[in-house]
Amino acid sequence: MINYIIRRILYALPILIGVNVITFVLFFVVNTPDDIARMQLGQKRVTQEAIEKWKADRGYDRPILWNANASGTGKLTETIFYIHSVKLFVFEFGQSDSGRDIGHDISQRMWPSLAITVPSLLLGLFAYITFALILAFFRATYIDVWGVVLCVVMMSVSSMFYIIGGQFVIGKLLHLVPISGYDTGIQAIKFVALPVLVGLVGSIGSSTRWYRTIFLEEMNKDYVRTARAKGLPEKLVLYRHVLRNGLIPILTGVVVILPMLFIGSLITESFFAIPGLGSYTIDAINRQDFAIVRSMVYLGSVLYIFGLLLTDISYTIADPRIRLE
Amino acid sequence: MPVLFITDILIFVLLGMVILFAWYTTRHEHLRAPWRQVAANPLAMVAVVILGFYIIIGLLDSIHFHPRLSWEEEKQVEYSTEIHSLLDVLTEKMRTQIETSYSAPFATHSFAKEVIVLPDGSEIRAYPRLAFAGRHLDDVNDVGSDILIKSISGGLVGLFIWALLCGLSIFWLARHRQHTLNETLGSIIQRQGRIPWHIILITLGLCIVTLSTLFYLSSFYHVLGTDKVGQDVFYQSLKSVRTGLLIGTLTTLVMLPFAIALGIMAGYFRGWVDDVIQYLYTTLNSIPGVLLIAAAILMLEVYMTNHAVDFTSVEQRADMRLLFLCMILGIMSWTGLCRLLRGEALKLREIDYVQASQAFGVGHLTIMLRHVLPNVMHIVMISIVIDFSGLVLAEAVLAYINIGVDPSMASWGNMINSARLELARDPVVWWSLAAAFIFMLGLVLPANLFADAVRDAFDPRIRTMQ
Repeated sequence: MINYIIRRILYALPILIGVNVITFVLFFVVNTPDDIARMQLGQKRVTQEAIEKWKADRGYDRPILWNANASGTGKLTETIFYIHSVKLFVFEFGQSDSGRDIGHDISQRMWPSLAITVPSLLLGLFAYITFALILAFFRATYIDVWGVVLCVVMMSVSSMFYIIGGQFVIGKLLHLVPISGYDTGIQAIKFVALPVLVGLVGSIGSSTRWYRTIFLEEMNKDYVRTARAKGLPEKLVLYRHVLRNGLIPILTGVVVILPMLFIGSLITESFFAIPGLGSYTIDAINRQDFAIVRSMVYLGSVLYIFGLLLTDISYTIADPRIRLE
Repeated sequence: MPVLFITDILIFVLLGMVILFAWYTTRHEHLRAPWRQVAANPLAMVAVVILGFYIIIGLLDSIHFHPRLSWEEEKQVEYSTEIHSLLDVLTEKMRTQIETSYSAPFATHSFAKEVIVLPDGSEIRAYPRLAFAGRHLDDVNDVGSDILIKSISGGLVGLFIWALLCGLSIFWLARHRQHTLNETLGSIIQRQGRIPWHIILITLGLCIVTLSTLFYLSSFYHVLGTDKVGQDVFYQSLKSVRTGLLIGTLTTLVMLPFAIALGIMAGYFRGWVDDVIQYLYTTLNSIPGVLLIAAAILMLEVYMTNHAVDFTSVEQRADMRLLFLCMILGIMSWTGLCRLLRGEALKLREIDYVQASQAFGVGHLTIMLRHVLPNVMHIVMISIVIDFSGLVLAEAVLAYINIGVDPSMASWGNMINSARLELARDPVVWWSLAAAFIFMLGLVLPANLFADAVRDAFDPRIRTMQ
């Protein structure tokens, strides 16, 4: 088992390097720091001195890959690639373009993100599995048919409308919760409730339909037929056999997004003004703060790769038929 | 003088490919069988009819030209610098009748009170009459009956067109089946045959009557109201159709060659080729999609502002950005299909006919093209139709983060984005959002239903279950 995990981690390393190189190329080679500086400072009347100063303030005034002026290892380390990209490997994000410490910001902002994503995930799993089981129980009846149609209709509505509609109906018309904002401690609940609810409703369609297919596939298998044949009531068949085996693909599907919960949801956070990592990223995109966007791209990729690793491990735990070879 | 945007060229290339593919399919029985199953599905046929209308609108909007300036006809012909499309010409009145600000659907008066100077010099605060909508009315109180009369006459025109189309299609069917017209009509009414013609014709009728009513009314009223700068919302929604369709289809067009070539190669050659390709798609896949798009669009903006000379018109800039967005979305979305194709190719390469060809010394390329590719086409087909609706929906989200299509371009995402803050007004300005909602649902829901039907027909696993 440990061998397997080590091998998987070693396998993840080249991917991390690849991600790093891609972000580096995207941010420094496609457009040089000069271009970015010129854009940030305005187009027409920009002096070369202003550009040089902008670059010096942010540490972009070094050569990109190879510093011929430095001595010894400085030839490699005194470069933009080393300072801004290689250091990402050890999670040294450096400073944002506006001068704040990105690492500190991230550690502060991940908690509000988690406050939204964790309840959404747990409540969502419970709700979708329940709905999917109901549909599977009533399979091939009108309840099932119309349930699936409803799912398709709900899937076809943009998530923006769920958020806008939720804010309008629950926040503005009914005055149940504040429309947006965030607070710490127990007060946070009233701010968190609406985003969680909206997120839940927003993905009912696709998730329920997907889980229903998983359960239906499971129901066609031999062991379920055996269970029915020996006279087990349909409810027990569902709970004891179908649900348990269906949970394997569902849970392993969940494991891959577990690490991504830190990042939070971009749109939801921004709409509800929740100071999490999602809105942090969106603000950075709107302010064109390249340092933050670069860090978040890298962090997101690391978390995704970590999620893949967890998935592989959880498969082997959940399904004893898979051998670690 | 015609103008060709790059996206226009691509959309017609795509259209040509679809027509070629359709022609090829009709000549091969094994390819026709699953499509027949799709055609027998009433929901899917309703979806096809509705999608057809969207595609027609999108195509009309893809033929661009510089309109000729009419007063120059005598001398040398001159062209306006504006770029119009065929759709713009058809919706001339909607496009040009611009009010000053918000107005509700079918309103004759402005949404906000203004100071009006009466003929006798006194000033009152009231809702002013709109500059264009309802101008033809002498008495504003007649608006209800006027709308009714106009919608009936618009609807009648629609009914007439529908009757014409019905006649044509029945005539064609009769020729095709070599029946008399009466027999054909009878079989449609009695719902005989596999293809639900009665449902197709009814849907067609509903669509045509609705559209012609709305079109006719829209030259007298703003049927879906106007937005903040007084533009007709119905016109904007129609213009957005092209954007939505382009995002959904061009993205697929961009990614297909990569996905198919790399996926099949990985599965067929295995070994180091497989390792490299797997590494490539895992790496790309692990970068969060929205962030990659954001980074790429930021870089495009930097490039465009530093090379402003290369883009002569706003439309070209917007077009470039749309194309770039499609490419980025394509680069991100080929990985899923590639993985599926790799798995399938791994299975196929062990099958007897592939082994036999290898033993006969047939080249790798020929084997992949002749034996592997046709046998993975069902996966490609399913994934194209399933991805489409997701991409249309994604456009709205990207517009919100300002990394979607150019803000000057009509798109549902931009409509939602500019209208979402207006819900805070009192009374609420709801029509822009409602229009975007209806038009998006009208495209995405049929697309989803059609995708389901295609998947059911093409997926061999589901086919054997039935």
